[in-house]
Amino acid sequence: MEIGPYILLASLEGAVTAAVLALTAVGLSLVFGVMRVVNVAHGEFFMLGAVLAWWVAQSVGGHPAVGFAAALVIAPLLVAAIAVVADMTVLKRIEYDPERTIVATIGILYIIQQVTLMTYGPDARPVEPPFNTRLAIPWFEFVDGKFQMYWPWGLSTTSYKLSVIAAAGVVLVGVWLMMARTKIGLLMRATQLDRETALAFGIPVERIYAIVFGMGAGLAALAAVLIVPIQQAHYLMGGDPLLLSFIVVIIGGLGSLPGTVLAAILIGLSDGIISVFFSPTLAKILATLLVALVLVFRPQGLFGVKTR
Amino acid sequence: MTSKTKTSNTTTNTTTRRGALKTLGLGAGAAATLPLWARYSSAQSAEPIKIGFQVHRTGIGAAYGRWYDRTSTAAAKVINDMGGINGRPVQIIAEDDGTDPKRGAEVVEKFATQHNCDIAFGTLFSHVVIGSAPRAGELKIPYFVVSEGHHVASGMLNRYTLQPGITDVKSQVQAMAPFVSSNLGKKVTMIFPDFAFGHDHRDYFTAAIEAQGGEVLAHIAIPPTETSFTKYFPKIPRQTEVIYHVMVGPAVLTFVKELGEFFGPNRPEMFGFIDSLEAVDIASPGLEFLEGSYFWEGMPRYAQADQTPYDKFYREHVGVDENGASVSDPKDISTFAHMFGCWETLFTVKQGMEAAGYQGVADRAKLIEAVEAMTDIPISNEHPQGTKLFNGKTHQVFGPQYISKVNEGKLILQHTTSIEDTLYPDEVDYTTQPL
Repeated sequence: MEIGPYILLASLEGAVTAAVLALTAVGLSLVFGVMRVVNVAHGEFFMLGAVLAWWVAQSVGGHPAVGFAAALVIAPLLVAAIAVVADMTVLKRIEYDPERTIVATIGILYIIQQVTLMTYGPDARPVEPPFNTRLAIPWFEFVDGKFQMYWPWGLSTTSYKLSVIAAAGVVLVGVWLMMARTKIGLLMRATQLDRETALAFGIPVERIYAIVFGMGAGLAALAAVLIVPIQQAHYLMGGDPLLLSFIVVIIGGLGSLPGTVLAAILIGLSDGIISVFFSPTLAKILATLLVALVLVFRPQGLFGVKTR
Repeated sequence: MTSKTKTSNTTTNTTTRRGALKTLGLGAGAAATLPLWARYSSAQSAEPIKIGFQVHRTGIGAAYGRWYDRTSTAAAKVINDMGGINGRPVQIIAEDDGTDPKRGAEVVEKFATQHNCDIAFGTLFSHVVIGSAPRAGELKIPYFVVSEGHHVASGMLNRYTLQPGITDVKSQVQAMAPFVSSNLGKKVTMIFPDFAFGHDHRDYFTAAIEAQGGEVLAHIAIPPTETSFTKYFPKIPRQTEVIYHVMVGPAVLTFVKELGEFFGPNRPEMFGFIDSLEAVDIASPGLEFLEGSYFWEGMPRYAQADQTPYDKFYREHVGVDENGASVSDPKDISTFAHMFGCWETLFTVKQGMEAAGYQGVADRAKLIEAVEAMTDIPISNEHPQGTKLFNGKTHQVFGPQYISKVNEGKLILQHTTSIEDTLYPDEVDYTTQPL
């Protein structure tokens, strides 16, 4: 394939990765920003979203769009509910102590993963996309100084992949509007800024924590529902999103929404392009190297604010 | 830290030196008598013959594991209904290897030392076999694998590892190359998983197609844990006439779907190993583009028009319908092209044990020699895949290979290769190694 179409295809693939990654990482970032909890179980909430999407789509039946639409609503809500329960029964009990929450979320990770293995099983199962048309993309070339269009072999995407990118954009704008324009967003920002003062002003911090933890998990689950018609639901699928989300959140700056989104686009696109031209392993190596460099030269992340 | 962590921990340490010595002494006493009663138990004719079954319950091989399990259980039942082996019933002891080489070696060790199994048997993924076989050799427990890899016949493993129930990749691809080059095209691009099994495909098919006057334009290796594939496909050169694909792991359906989306309406010819679609319904949405493409099958998934009575017997006992799906759930597609290997291996073990007059673990060497002495294995209920030829020197079996074409969402057999097409010169003589 020539270089131009090649880069376009790689960018399109990268954009899908970036869209899903942005949603997942924003969930992780939100939880860390507001609660100061490093949620190691975040990837498992992602996986749970995909598995529940399969389960919902399977039990609804009928046209694939009906099952998918149901999954889009039910799976993130269910996962959020599970996360809220985990917050109230585990994290609250250990008083959100930074070290102990890491150990506790590792425990939650294994519980979710193994329970999924015991119930859903070790198989990868597909969810049918609501619509999926292959869209061939034309390219241009100059033959004897004249401009002409042609259709390169393999240069295509699908309507579903494009809609994943669009949906992720809409959700991200929604999250931003909620944080910036609503009362609950205000309460979250207040809690993030200073927990004690927020408490003194009568903000129900514990309830805010439960909501934020649920929302973070719900966003990861939503990302998984969007990707599951492209990939498949599998009990081990939470590993990669967790690693990439951490990379994105560290580069973007912990707790910074715009930084997270920008870093997700950067990592997603470079992952797509580097793995197309060189190898997927090199893409992961470079991303991890970037994390190391950010931690050395700009520990607060690209958009982070220095801690006082 | 909260005050709760400050509680004293002096009460937990109640172990005294004398107590520890007592326990150790008891353990040593039990261990010392172990060889005696182990020998005694194996002399009892009613004791079951224990077959340690190393199975991919979890990890990337889980779909195969589920069906290897069902097939082995069914074969053991048939053997027991026939009166067992040397008058003793067969008992399958299954352990999950997690499709992981390290765990695989531990499982083999567990069979030999904890479960007191007579033999170890079963696993598929080549890296697990390569990781486990040295331990089997050290423990001197016969290790019957159902793996397809060339590692047995290449001489990489040892005298205790045998593959009498399934053919190896080298002979499979060697038999496919003439068909590919004369019917589909000579310029091939190969897509394969990036581990031992895929490397066998890469090395031996490349050599085989070159021997036919063809060439491989590009080798595209994909990690078996990969979940998205479109990014690899632009490496397919434009001049490619045939795509040769073989993929494993939980994401095979995504792999084939994305291959279809990449090419759209004008795909090149395609030749796949059914591994790319094992446990996946050919009629899944998104796979319509496979219509008219060709697949290697170890054994035809769909019952063909000229189905043998042996195939029928085998399907009935394993619980597989004429479409290769479970009789209890038509959506549960089997790994039909591979799992016959478990069935046939267990019957070969039975024949070997009967020929050796096998009584217990002391006769393990005799069992190896008895299997090494086998040559012709005729098609039968015990060997439904076809007539085979076992090579005692390389510990590898040779047999027919099947090429099917997708026709209206079903695989229809087009060509069956002969055993001669699959033979190659010996690369090792395991019989020269001491037992």
